Amino acid sequence: MRFERLEQFLDALMSSSISPTLLIASLMVASTPIMLAAIGELVVERAGVLNLGVEGMMITGAVCGFIVGVTTNSPAIGFLGAAAGGAILSMLFAVLTQLLLSNQVATGLALTLFGLGLSALMGQSWIGIKSPTLQRIDLGPLTDLPFVGRVIFGHDPMVYVALGIVAGVWAFFRFTRAGLIVRAVGENHDAAHALGYNVVLIRFLAIGFGGACAGLGGAYLSLVRVPQWTEGMTAGAGWIALAIVVFASWKPWRLLLGAWLFGGVTVLQLNLQAAGVAIPVEYLSMSPYIATIVVLVIMSAGRAPGSLGRTFHAST
Amino acid sequence: MIALERRPQPSQAWSAAAPLLAVLLTMIFGGILFAALGKDPLVAIRTIFWDPLFGEFASFSRPQLLVKAGPLILIAVGLAMGFRAGIWNIGAEGQYILGAICGAAAGLAFYPMEARWLIFPIMVIAGGLGGLLWAMIPGLLKVRFGTNEILVSLMLVYVAEQLLAAMALGTLKNPEGMGFPGSRNLKQWVSSANPELIAGTGMHWGVVAAFIAVIGGYVLLSRHLLGFRIRLAGQSPRAAAFSGVNPNRLILVCLGISGCLAGLAGMFEVSGPAGQITIDFNSGYGFTAIIVAFLGRLHPVGILFAGLLMALTYVGGEVAQLTLQLPGAAIQLFQGMLLFFLLAVDVLTNFRFRFGRREVKA
Repeated sequence: MRFERLEQFLDALMSSSISPTLLIASLMVASTPIMLAAIGELVVERAGVLNLGVEGMMITGAVCGFIVGVTTNSPAIGFLGAAAGGAILSMLFAVLTQLLLSNQVATGLALTLFGLGLSALMGQSWIGIKSPTLQRIDLGPLTDLPFVGRVIFGHDPMVYVALGIVAGVWAFFRFTRAGLIVRAVGENHDAAHALGYNVVLIRFLAIGFGGACAGLGGAYLSLVRVPQWTEGMTAGAGWIALAIVVFASWKPWRLLLGAWLFGGVTVLQLNLQAAGVAIPVEYLSMSPYIATIVVLVIMSAGRAPGSLGRTFHAST
Repeated sequence: MIALERRPQPSQAWSAAAPLLAVLLTMIFGGILFAALGKDPLVAIRTIFWDPLFGEFASFSRPQLLVKAGPLILIAVGLAMGFRAGIWNIGAEGQYILGAICGAAAGLAFYPMEARWLIFPIMVIAGGLGGLLWAMIPGLLKVRFGTNEILVSLMLVYVAEQLLAAMALGTLKNPEGMGFPGSRNLKQWVSSANPELIAGTGMHWGVVAAFIAVIGGYVLLSRHLLGFRIRLAGQSPRAAAFSGVNPNRLILVCLGISGCLAGLAGMFEVSGPAGQITIDFNSGYGFTAIIVAFLGRLHPVGILFAGLLMALTYVGGEVAQLTLQLPGAAIQLFQGMLLFFLLAVDVLTNFRFRFGRREVKA
């Protein structure tokens, strides 16, 4: 019995029903929302703030993006609306943790619970509508190349925007003075304060950036991947993004790897579901979450920014 | 210029007043929200907070108060232990589900035997154990590999939800259910039922367990060495290490207690108010309990009141949905707002505002 199932599983894996080219191509798409949310959170955490509200900001971004996208009939404007929505919600977190010095863990959780409620309320009358969606970029001969064409070229623009943001964040931390200051604030906020940097302002900006990115990630779900609005549609993607930041040891390039790994697991299990493997769908659906836990176990050796999660209060 | 100045000691008065102020602020801003939705804010607030207790149909809604408050209090008391020690179990929802699955499975294994004295206690133990073991996963991973317990316990909620669906559709499906998903009804089987103990009050064994947990939690935190260690570890991890607190053991104990209580809550729910394992059996108590724990100041007695208040918003929310057509999500938002205001107002416990120009110290 057990072996039969394994054989079926391997069959489905090998058979033509799952083509590696399509698998990798859809992996790029599946990893985009978490990549966006994770890169935002990475910046927030490098600035020394732990915002556990990613899920809440993502789902708010998803609903804002959807509403704006449908109303204006333009997915691009929808994404802008999503970024704005996520950033505005994150300001709530910023005010509470940076000005009113509340506990970051508790406030982040509150942000998630609040965001889930807010999005459900906002999205009420938008259920069952189909949104305008992004067109795939056609690069002509490049897109027609075998394998490479499908995998690297010919995605929708947001896939490249996400990759661009990751590259941008990498360059920001590596080559710019501002990046160095953000890192200093994250490593030791007292020292950064003593050097005359405005810790609270820098953290406000980082939190806002994180919120905007999470919003974009959410909107990618509601405008491109699904593309519809359903309540609770992020289904833990925000939490997985948080896990990927830990996996990446707070390094942008490693974050790509984490997002692709997660995207790969998601796509594979969806394909296995479609291929009709004799494993109940529910057990397959668990796999991305279990993969995240496994990844966390293997990769929890990284060093977190020194001031991560600590409240900063300038007494003088 | 307004500046914050740290108080030499946390203010006792503000610590007690902050939840009340937060409730008041939530009512005001909730009222604005309801007005924005086109409802009369005063009527909405009265429907949520007054009518379930003293309104026309209060005899129907009052028992619901304990039914809803029971699991919330039970879970929140456990969570508060961990939160005090800086151990963040966010996955109570998953432990709640596992408790329900294990409790129901243990009971159904004996179906249709008629032996309440044996089966119900076995179910209680299985429920608590199920939640405990599920919470041990993040606990052991944290102790052994240093994995973040927040993320692991949360991931396990999604795993548990899928497991619940698999159980309702497969393993635990009622063989006489004509193909519909869901287990046998535990409420209608004498051996497994968790009935209302006093008619018209909503009191069931889960509520009794919640009261015991409040008393037990209070004694543990204020009179027992373990409680002292929990508080010490939260306030000063370094001091705790010097006084010989084993942080790993504390992590396991805190997660174990909270997991066990969440599992019990799930078991009492599935055998009582819910009655059976279904795909959407869990209703977010595990997450709302986090709000309850903070609103109750992480203190068992405070949690008792906070749980009752939160249950009131649930019951009142349902009434408002029926009578005012207030969307259900508005209540969820309302509850989230409450936690926000509490966290915001809490600044006054540890700090005071100082007005006027900042002086430059030499």
